[in-house]
Amino acid sequence: MPSLLSQNLPALQVVLPLIAAPLCLFLRPPKLAWLFALAVSGAAFAIAVALVGAVAANGAFNYEMGGWAAPWGIEYVIDPLDSFMLCLVTGIATLVLIYAGPSVEAEIPRGQIPVFYVLFLLCLTGLLGMVATGDVFNLFVFLEISSLSTYALVAMGRDPRALTAAYRYLILGSLGATFYVIGIGLLYMMTGTLNMEDLARRIPEVGETRTISVAIAFLAVGLALKLALFPLHKWLPGAYTHAPSVVTAFLAATATKVAIYVLVRIFFTVLGPIDAFQTLPAAMSETQVVSILAILAMLSGSAVAIFQYNLKRLFAYSSIAQVGYMILGISMASITGMTGGLVHMINHAMIKGAVFMALGAVILRIGACDIRRLDGLGYRMPVTMAAFVIAALSLIGVPGTSGFISKLYLVKGAMEAQNWVMVTAVLVSSLLAVIYIWRVLEVAYFRAAPADAPKVREAPLVMLAPLWILALANIYFGLETTYSVGLTEAAADFILNYVPGEGPTWEHPLFDDGHGYGADHGPGHGGGHVPEAEQGAHAPGVDL
Amino acid sequence: MLETVLGLYNYWIVIVLMMAGFYTVIARGNLAKKVIGLNIFQTSVFLMYITMGAVEGGTAPIVGAGTTLYSNPLPSVLILTAIVVGVATTALGLALAVRIRESFGTLEEDEVLALEHRMDGEA
Repeated sequence: MPSLLSQNLPALQVVLPLIAAPLCLFLRPPKLAWLFALAVSGAAFAIAVALVGAVAANGAFNYEMGGWAAPWGIEYVIDPLDSFMLCLVTGIATLVLIYAGPSVEAEIPRGQIPVFYVLFLLCLTGLLGMVATGDVFNLFVFLEISSLSTYALVAMGRDPRALTAAYRYLILGSLGATFYVIGIGLLYMMTGTLNMEDLARRIPEVGETRTISVAIAFLAVGLALKLALFPLHKWLPGAYTHAPSVVTAFLAATATKVAIYVLVRIFFTVLGPIDAFQTLPAAMSETQVVSILAILAMLSGSAVAIFQYNLKRLFAYSSIAQVGYMILGISMASITGMTGGLVHMINHAMIKGAVFMALGAVILRIGACDIRRLDGLGYRMPVTMAAFVIAALSLIGVPGTSGFISKLYLVKGAMEAQNWVMVTAVLVSSLLAVIYIWRVLEVAYFRAAPADAPKVREAPLVMLAPLWILALANIYFGLETTYSVGLTEAAADFILNYVPGEGPTWEHPLFDDGHGYGADHGPGHGGGHVPEAEQGAHAPGVDL
Repeated sequence: MLETVLGLYNYWIVIVLMMAGFYTVIARGNLAKKVIGLNIFQTSVFLMYITMGAVEGGTAPIVGAGTTLYSNPLPSVLILTAIVVGVATTALGLALAVRIRESFGTLEEDEVLALEHRMDGEA
């Protein structure tokens, strides 16, 4: 049994939360649904850790869904980048679910709590599936699973503005996803395959055509919408501000990260052989359009954050800036830069997870997180705010915290590329972060609580524990970088030097009878403009 | 010229639908109409996929005596999935529109924005 179990880990990773999600509906008592969701997420985390071990020991491996060999069947591929993303997503999900119990009971109507956990687990399924799958269309399906459940989760916020925020997110998110489908449709038209590795093998032949250029443009815009890259970030502040606290913490720590992962996967592995990212259609001379957008995001996000009163909105704008950092690192397309971008994904997940958890605890006890009502909060809820301070320092990038490590790598990457604009942008944006963090700290620690302020208790232990785990993780990964930087460096190296494997030379088993269906009856319209013999020899699955 | 227009008429329909839907999403102020525009936009993509799967002279992809040329079934199958996603998106979008109407008393975007702005000022 153990071997059977370990062989099927990649499938279990995704299927477990998927099957478990609807079961939550039958657990009417809120506590029961919560504990069940927590157990599922904990099991998913254990699977992810086992996968990290397997990849570290034997390198990347793939799993054929239902025993159908790729490129005909859908395969799941677990490589160094995937395994650390799976670990990150399930780890954050588990911590957020530990935290969720009291917060959800306070913010969600009792009857809807089981539904909340159904949606949460579905969202987790979608995110894990996007990471694990090796098929571009399968990725779209998981993208929509996670997106649709996210829209519903955001709409569960108490404020009526949560509805409009969810609606805006739905419109923009669906546009982004549809752009993505158009993009992969055009890729399929030219190559006749949807398998990522197979696509990477065939793209170079047709890389010069206009269809592929259009496909790249659609993919870039669609994914940029999903990951909230400036100027396509309009959905993010509203969604983060008005969603229930638990959802904000989970989304901020995982959703945009997974979208960035998809961008990296599509542009550096699927389209890697034709250097699609380095030569994006709108690229201007040597500096690409992407790094310019990233710099604009870093500066504008941080600058707008300074003027916010609602702390959730403040840190939502800060998230836009942080997405800018990650994309900046990735846009350098060097090992150091990519490591910086990816390591910032992990660090920012820990930072924003902790920040939004702390804000959730404040909302639970104070009832709001408007900066004008938080005078002296540092003395009213000292334990919560101490964790918040650690995360905030890490957000600025103070040495000794994980935020410093990612900024160090970003600056190092920019200096390697001799790009002083990028270096300046990272530093200026960090200074802006100091300003908006200082506004919060000043109110919380340098002002006395109003005399008539009611006494508040600390948040319950189940909420403080995960908050402090994340806060301490920020310090731990700021001092000890073997795991964070080590794993991401391996991933960056893997992704930048990605060469698709040889692929099967044999024909599809159904066509292995010497008739040569494929070669005789080319795909005609089906495969578009690929030479017919070529198409037949490699993709009999397409012209069944 | 005529061939580009008539020979590829499916693609022209795709483009017209896509732009009509996209324009509706961007330009219309009514939240229900936006969802319908989104639906039209997605429909154009369905049509694009199905068009590229068609093989001239090909029959339905069912193995039978005497037929050797089949249409590519894969895009149609993919689109079955995409249609399900589209239905779910439309349903969720309209459900949200209903709830917005209940909370704000209007479906017009500018009125909703004005109400939201007032709420932001109070909070």
